Amino acid sequence: MIRLLALRELRSLFAMPSTWFVLAALQFIFAWFFLARVDAFLTIQPQLAQLANPPGVTMTVAAPLFNTAALLLMMLTPMFTMRLIAEERRSQTFALLLSAPLSGGQIVLGKFFGLLIFLAMLISGVPLMLYTLALGTALDHGLLLSNLLGLALLTASYVAVGLYVSTLTTQPVIAAIGALAVLAGLWLADIGAAADDSPWHFISPLGHFQNFNAGLLDSGDAAFYVLFSAVFLLLAMRRIHNNRIYG
Amino acid sequence: MTGRNHDGLPILPNANPEITLAARNLSRRFGNRQVIHDLSLELRRGEVLGLLGHNGAGKTTTLQMLTGCLLPGSGEIEICGIDLLRQPELAKAQIGYLPETPPLYRELSVDDYLTFAARLRGMKPGEAAEALVRAKHRCGLEAVGRKIIGTLSKGYQQRTGIAQAIIHRPAVIVLDEPTVGLDPTQIRDIRALIRELGDSGSVILSTHLLGEVESVCDRVEIMQHGRLIYGDTSAGMQRFGGVSGFIVSLRNPPPLSELRDIAGVGGVEQLSATQFRVRHAPDAGVGDALLALAAQRGWQLEQLTPLQATLEEVFARITEAESSTAEENAPAKTS
Repeated sequence: MIRLLALRELRSLFAMPSTWFVLAALQFIFAWFFLARVDAFLTIQPQLAQLANPPGVTMTVAAPLFNTAALLLMMLTPMFTMRLIAEERRSQTFALLLSAPLSGGQIVLGKFFGLLIFLAMLISGVPLMLYTLALGTALDHGLLLSNLLGLALLTASYVAVGLYVSTLTTQPVIAAIGALAVLAGLWLADIGAAADDSPWHFISPLGHFQNFNAGLLDSGDAAFYVLFSAVFLLLAMRRIHNNRIYG
Repeated sequence: MTGRNHDGLPILPNANPEITLAARNLSRRFGNRQVIHDLSLELRRGEVLGLLGHNGAGKTTTLQMLTGCLLPGSGEIEICGIDLLRQPELAKAQIGYLPETPPLYRELSVDDYLTFAARLRGMKPGEAAEALVRAKHRCGLEAVGRKIIGTLSKGYQQRTGIAQAIIHRPAVIVLDEPTVGLDPTQIRDIRALIRELGDSGSVILSTHLLGEVESVCDRVEIMQHGRLIYGDTSAGMQRFGGVSGFIVSLRNPPPLSELRDIAGVGGVEQLSATQFRVRHAPDAGVGDALLALAAQRGWQLEQLTPLQATLEEVFARITEAESSTAEENAPAKTS
């Protein structure tokens, strides 16, 4: 059932022209940024060569590119999550799901994985571009993998927040702004907090991405993402149950 | 097997068909407002039940509770003997629901959407393909299978909505105002379809149209202010629905007094130069007399339409009838 709902979500996304437009525009932005980083790397390469232990091409090109992708996703995910429940409510298709033999958990997980698969396709352009560098040089696969894993976990946490906010309203636009406010708020609080042990560093999803971005796999960071996503998914399930109680 | 009861009369095979839906003592409030009061109803296989009432009477809320979209404040609902509140997933597989606005994903094609609806109710891919062909045939959607739902006309969208509700062959089909916004031909087609569905399964539909109940429903429950105020067979209700009178168009009308003088006529109102509303005592044979006179005196009768009662009139008469039977049954205290 979860798979069925996820596939339906994907099918609807790909049936809309706007989805293809966003896909194309984003690939363009990623490619632009990628080329700019490669260009910069080529310019400073002679200077790097004089260093004792110079950062490699993966560190100078791939890591910043993943960081940009993480930031862009923070702003982009709400645009996609806003539709998940709010749009169903507004166009009154939610009754189909509520009257079908489904639990609230299945509805939430179906939508969560559907969108996650879509966003995975959306960012799959980034590693593909980076692997073209393998034609000319040796890449640090460990760093790439840790970045990919981190980005996947980060995206999951964004989708969970967006999905929860989408269950709170019938207006997709409000769901988008709400999710963006939460995500940007957490990020700004994180970079604004001066003290090293500030709790803001701990609850910010983007903050936990920094270790992955540097190639450091910390199980604490991974556990944070899993917990963070689980909390918001459970809240969304709770909210859908309340939907049946309060109408 | 057809048996015989103790009077020696044959028992019809479906003399007492199974109860597919039973709701007992449902009530529901939104905030401080009680919208449904202690509502109970039953539906049997092979039956079309009409839930008749004004907008805001609580029909939609009732149907939402029966389909599990809304939890009742108190009360029980059983679908084919399965408790909807305790085992929602089992019970809901037996329900097909068409809300007031058909729940259509406008960006999908009709085929994709209906297949999704079938699989959502637990059908296997093979079964779903078969069910798709059957449902499209029943709802007359064969020609538009590959079209995107958003591009279809309102009538086809409504049919897609009905197809979605029947594709998994549910025991209970719940339709919320299924003919609203359709043109007369589409209304006729959809009513015929509902009638057909009622023969194999059981259908409960809500409407505010008296005519709809008379033409498709076996039984009617009238709802007002969140209560069921009257339940009967739809034939039984017609005695409240009929008004003795008609609207008559005469191309060469006589003076008003001549119409009034026909025996049995209670009142005549002139609607336009050639149209009159004639009210008469029930069973007075005024129609025949009028026809005879019209032919005899050359009034050139054009049209004779029986008057239809409005829902208000039916409500008023039903409440009247209820209160008068209550008085009859009450022990006389004044004597």
